[in-house]
Amino acid sequence: MTQAVVRVEAAPFDVARESARLTEGRTDIGALVTFTGLCRDEDGALAALEIEHYPGMAEAEIGRVATEALARWPLQGLLIVHRFGRIAPGEPIVLVATASQHRHEAFAAASFLMDFLKTEAPFWKKQRLAGGADAGWVAAKDEDAATAGKWRA
Amino acid sequence: MKALYFAWVRERIGIAEEEIAPPPGVTTIAELMTWLHGKGEGYEAAFANKKAIRTALDRTHARHDAALGDAREIAFFPPMTGG
Repeated sequence: MTQAVVRVEAAPFDVARESARLTEGRTDIGALVTFTGLCRDEDGALAALEIEHYPGMAEAEIGRVATEALARWPLQGLLIVHRFGRIAPGEPIVLVATASQHRHEAFAAASFLMDFLKTEAPFWKKQRLAGGADAGWVAAKDEDAATAGKWRA
Repeated sequence: MKALYFAWVRERIGIAEEEIAPPPGVTTIAELMTWLHGKGEGYEAAFANKKAIRTALDRTHARHDAALGDAREIAFFPPMTGG
């Protein structure tokens, strides 16, 4: 039975090293999909994102969505890392890595996980401009909720 | 019970968490939000548009019509923007 590894932390992570952990010492995995969400600078305007989270519930919600993914697809490995705190442009925010025998399951599970992390995991992004000005909270997109809803249609 | 506020809900109220003691007539999340709305200026701004706020009871998403029951923790926050 595959166990998901879920981490919510402030420190930056190394995408290559994290995803290598899923396949280390394994000879039965045929597909490894990784998705990395990065902080972008919005054409130079953004100095950083400040990500607030609900400690305890963030881990629990990601764990719940991970359990649902493991029930839907025969995954051989699953790792989810989500950061909080101040994140500079170019740095990773979130990593979803899925391993399976064949590519379809790994792609589908990674896509499903990201759709639900965006709409159900308790994280909020504040934009900080060059110079330090507060540019407000990023608004949730209706299309993100619609995309997540399609999985349960 | 313990109330937690996140993102702009927290900023408008001015605190991240507090112990609250709603009166016995307050039995649902929606009723609690109406009661909190009357607690002062910051609360009024935070709860002006209840539809814009998501809620969780004991760290599980809950709809506004959910009963408070014997939940020990309630959280109020905007729609999430993680990922």
